[in-house]
Amino acid sequence: MSEQILFDRLFGAGGHKISSEGLFLHGLAEVDGQAISVIGTRDHAAIDVTLALRIADAILQTVRTDATTSPRPILFIADTQGQALSRHDELLGLNGYFAHVARCVDLARRQGHQLVTLIHGEAVSGGFLAYGMLADRICALPDAQVRVMDLRAMSRVAKINLEKLEELAAVSPVFAPGAENYWKMGGIHEIWSAKDNWTERLAASFASITNSDSRAAIGVERGGRKLAASIAQLVADA
Amino acid sequence: MTGRSISYFEASARLRLSGLVDANSFSEFCPPAMRKTSPHLARLDAPLAFDDGVVVGRATLAGHSVLVAAQEGRFNGGAVGEVHGAKIRGLLDKAVSEKPAAVLLLVDSGGVRLHEANAGLIAISEIMRAVLRAQAAGIPVFALVGGSCGAFGGMGIVTRLCAEVVMSEQGRLALSGPEVIETVKGVEEFDSRDRALVWRVTGGKLRRALGEATQLVDDLIPAFRDAAADLIAKYQAQPLTPVSLEELLGEHAKLTARSERFSNARDGREIWQAIFADAARVPELSVDDFNRQLGEQA
Repeated sequence: MSEQILFDRLFGAGGHKISSEGLFLHGLAEVDGQAISVIGTRDHAAIDVTLALRIADAILQTVRTDATTSPRPILFIADTQGQALSRHDELLGLNGYFAHVARCVDLARRQGHQLVTLIHGEAVSGGFLAYGMLADRICALPDAQVRVMDLRAMSRVAKINLEKLEELAAVSPVFAPGAENYWKMGGIHEIWSAKDNWTERLAASFASITNSDSRAAIGVERGGRKLAASIAQLVADA
Repeated sequence: MTGRSISYFEASARLRLSGLVDANSFSEFCPPAMRKTSPHLARLDAPLAFDDGVVVGRATLAGHSVLVAAQEGRFNGGAVGEVHGAKIRGLLDKAVSEKPAAVLLLVDSGGVRLHEANAGLIAISEIMRAVLRAQAAGIPVFALVGGSCGAFGGMGIVTRLCAEVVMSEQGRLALSGPEVIETVKGVEEFDSRDRALVWRVTGGKLRRALGEATQLVDDLIPAFRDAAADLIAKYQAQPLTPVSLEELLGEHAKLTARSERFSNARDGREIWQAIFADAARVPELSVDDFNRQLGEQA
């Protein structure tokens, strides 16, 4: 699905002014009659230094524009194959550029901007960590792909038998690709279905935002990540 | 053996910790005796560690209370799984209520543990949020990077969220490891066996020269201890305030200028040539001489 079709379905035809520049998306839309800022990537973008700076800049401009008014909610559109793999980007410190994006997201949250991520296409590893995973609420479209690495590469790198990985992937959400697995572990709050009214779902998502990071507790509720919450609590209470 | 002669790079996580904090001041949370191991490694018949590869606890450093986490690079490359990640996240949550002088993260990690990749990725994003939350509450977090696994993947991002990054020359800090880039893009993009090149692209001197690391120290446990003690004193004198829009606009301008100045650079040598009078000698400079020459350029 192209972004424009997605945006028509989210905001109604003509209900948005979102433009793309290469792999970067930016613009304005309305949810429940309220203006929101839309920032994201498209076409399975590999996020490099330049794209990270574009995302950070769009967040900072939103925060700056709203400094004296009520902070607009921000919708992040995540479609990324992960970080760009290049010696040049690593030399400059791509991890530092991603950390800068993360600090911008955190500033927006602290300034009162509500943050929702919608995964469209795919969300992979470092590209997902950079901004999508830091939102207050993370939603995925029905066909969204979410992963660190596919099983074949995982088998090669971690030196684990592929058949064993495939066998275990059928019963455990802990390592295999799939939005459903992330949902079970609390890493994704909602997966939307094709039949849903996405306008309503987005509005409901913004309405249900909480400020604290409750993903570990959700992972326990859904049975996919049973230890993280209790171990973190054990240390926090020690 | 005294701390004076112990290489930080060669030491285990527990040895680093014992030399870093005040003698007999360390108490561990969720210690190995509690046997909080990874059930996910067990299902894959992979080796287990009773601390899941990270030591967390409370100590004093130069008399100031600190919370510390030390990753063990010898266990699964210090990689972050569900239990490992939750221990670090819990420590950062604790910092908000306990208000130590600082949190020290002794990072030694390749990033996400593939055996439990989804749990690891989510855990790292939880650690990122927890670091940001602790620092917004005024608790500075310091990353110490000088271990054999460096700070890669999501832990490379976590490291750069920290208020201070202390590195040795042997430390490495980046996002994708050279092996990953070579595997996907080819050896001409990044030859991971060229150790000198790897150090020029990811190593401590390069990171300090770019400003990605805030301190460069010798590869000795007491050198890391002294740097951490100085930083604690710095934040005691001038407490950390929440990062403002103005600061981030300033950081944005710096990062933009770097990407424009070095728009085609692919080797640390190009950075040395731009910054140092005698670029060819940079690899052999002692830490003191390097820091002095860098200071003269600033």
